Amino acid sequence: MKKIIYILSVVLLYLSCSSNNEDEGLTPVVEETPNPIELEIPQLFRDNILAPVIPTDNPLTEEGVALGKRLFFDNILSEDETISCASCHAPSSAFTNNTSTSAGVNGVLGNRNSMPLFNLAWNYGERFAWDGKELSLERQALEPIENPVEMNSDLEIVVQRLQNHPDYPELFDAAFKTDIITEELIAKAIAQFERTLISANSKFDRYSLGQANLTAQELNGLDVFLREDKGDCFHCHGNPNNPLWTNNEFHNNGLDATFTDLGLGGVTGDPNDNGRFRTPSLRNLAFTAPYMHDGRFEALEEVIDFYSEGLQNSPTIDPLMKNVAQGGVQLSPQDKADLKAFLLTLSDTSFINNPAFQN
Amino acid sequence: MKTKIFTQIILLSLIILSCSDDDTSSNLSQATTTLSFSHNWNGTTVTNADFNTIQFTNQNGEILSIERLRYVISDVTFTTTSNEVLDLDNYNLIDVTNGTNLNLDLGTQIPPGNYSNVSFTFGFDNDDNSQNYLDLNSASFNVPEMLGGGYHYMQMDGKYIDNNNQEANYNYHAIRAVDNPGPNPTFPQDTFFTVNLGPVSISGDTILNIEMNIAEWFRNPNTWDLNQLNTVLMPNSSAQIMMFENGQNVFSLGSVSE
Repeated sequence: MKKIIYILSVVLLYLSCSSNNEDEGLTPVVEETPNPIELEIPQLFRDNILAPVIPTDNPLTEEGVALGKRLFFDNILSEDETISCASCHAPSSAFTNNTSTSAGVNGVLGNRNSMPLFNLAWNYGERFAWDGKELSLERQALEPIENPVEMNSDLEIVVQRLQNHPDYPELFDAAFKTDIITEELIAKAIAQFERTLISANSKFDRYSLGQANLTAQELNGLDVFLREDKGDCFHCHGNPNNPLWTNNEFHNNGLDATFTDLGLGGVTGDPNDNGRFRTPSLRNLAFTAPYMHDGRFEALEEVIDFYSEGLQNSPTIDPLMKNVAQGGVQLSPQDKADLKAFLLTLSDTSFINNPAFQN
Repeated sequence: MKTKIFTQIILLSLIILSCSDDDTSSNLSQATTTLSFSHNWNGTTVTNADFNTIQFTNQNGEILSIERLRYVISDVTFTTTSNEVLDLDNYNLIDVTNGTNLNLDLGTQIPPGNYSNVSFTFGFDNDDNSQNYLDLNSASFNVPEMLGGGYHYMQMDGKYIDNNNQEANYNYHAIRAVDNPGPNPTFPQDTFFTVNLGPVSISGDTILNIEMNIAEWFRNPNTWDLNQLNTVLMPNSSAQIMMFENGQNVFSLGSVSE
């Protein structure tokens, strides 16, 4: 009896405090694979905006990011193995490309401009794509693979291809502790890589950190950007305290009087959302032409002219668009030039040349 | 022998109890308090489901819609009957458009008892407005530096039917009133204000329903003419002071439920 009680005591003592085992060093140390890594959050982001969104079921690991990168640049994901994610999201173009819309595997053009990819982990609402149809980065990562005007693949076939590949089963095993490849793991790996695409080293970033100076023209351009009686760009595109330079929300910015592409409205079915598209970041504009969801503007000057004189009224135009009846904010030629000069200070050359992001 | 077994049983019981979660028992006697913000137009409930339709008539006779409404309240205080002030030094961005933060959970910070007044600040006082709030930056709620920096107090956007019977946009944005926009702006008067809700009694878990009558922003004491004051109101200090004046009777305490 005595013995049983003592044994019970020891067992209960262990179990009752087991939730604290790790803190107390009671769990044997096992070398972790895959190796967890943390996003290197830029100081400007750390000081000014909320932490990035990293799903608890898809933490970043060295092996996961490496696998995601390999998948991102591999043609194996497309139906005829001729294009990869990078075909439309090239590092040299801040992970977009330089055509209005992009040709898929069959040469058929889509109807949307390829979105640049950076700072995606800071999209707090987690609605991705121009129309917000993908509700997480993981879901977004799979969509182009199956999209008929993009990679046009059958995901089951892609999984089979990867499973039969000489390298991939081992890479998945290293990243996810299983060599059984699934759609979900493909998405997780690509999303992990995409979350590492951080751009925070533009001239303006360095100016914000006290490490660079802006010219008088660039400073006046910032003034135009921020003034409600001039550009009033900041309500949607952020400000020096929000270094994302987007609110990641959806607006009808007055491109069209009638819509051939409903944007968010096509996703939600709410007519009030018709013509609304996600605000793109103004970072890296120097590398991301053409502009707008359909790539209709070849040059930055055209974009500025549009906001100044080219607005089209429609029932869902955002109330933040001013002077719609007059076509827009009516900037002077000098203010337009200065605004462009400021916008170009948001270009981050070190991002597009980052060796970690090249094939 | 019996004593030994008894001791061992006591020991076992202590072991079992010693590591159990014990956080809940100490708070059992405390009540939780929640501020719940609701919105109406002269008594008719307004939620984001009512947005985007031109349907509200203001005091000046203009018909308007609301497409975006979000605002900050801060520094919730509870004043006891012996005039002790419990200042929570908090803030909350109420986003009616997205239906978020409509309830501000104060947890068990408010001890049960009778309070002579509950108050909050609409917007931020000047000291709080000069702080750096990561969540508000992330929500792009900032005011540009040349307008004094800090944050919007409120952003209400929509459309109205103008004098030409056309739809036009308005941006009713409340901020700290500012003159001389630029590197050295000046501030003619404070435009944040304290909202006093009056006495409340907290005896159990309590929800204070705080109501905003949106129509008041356009009514009293200044009848708001949207044909004159529609956009670019942030650098317009006179407009900001009118918003401040009209805001005084916007909020009221509705029901208190337990």
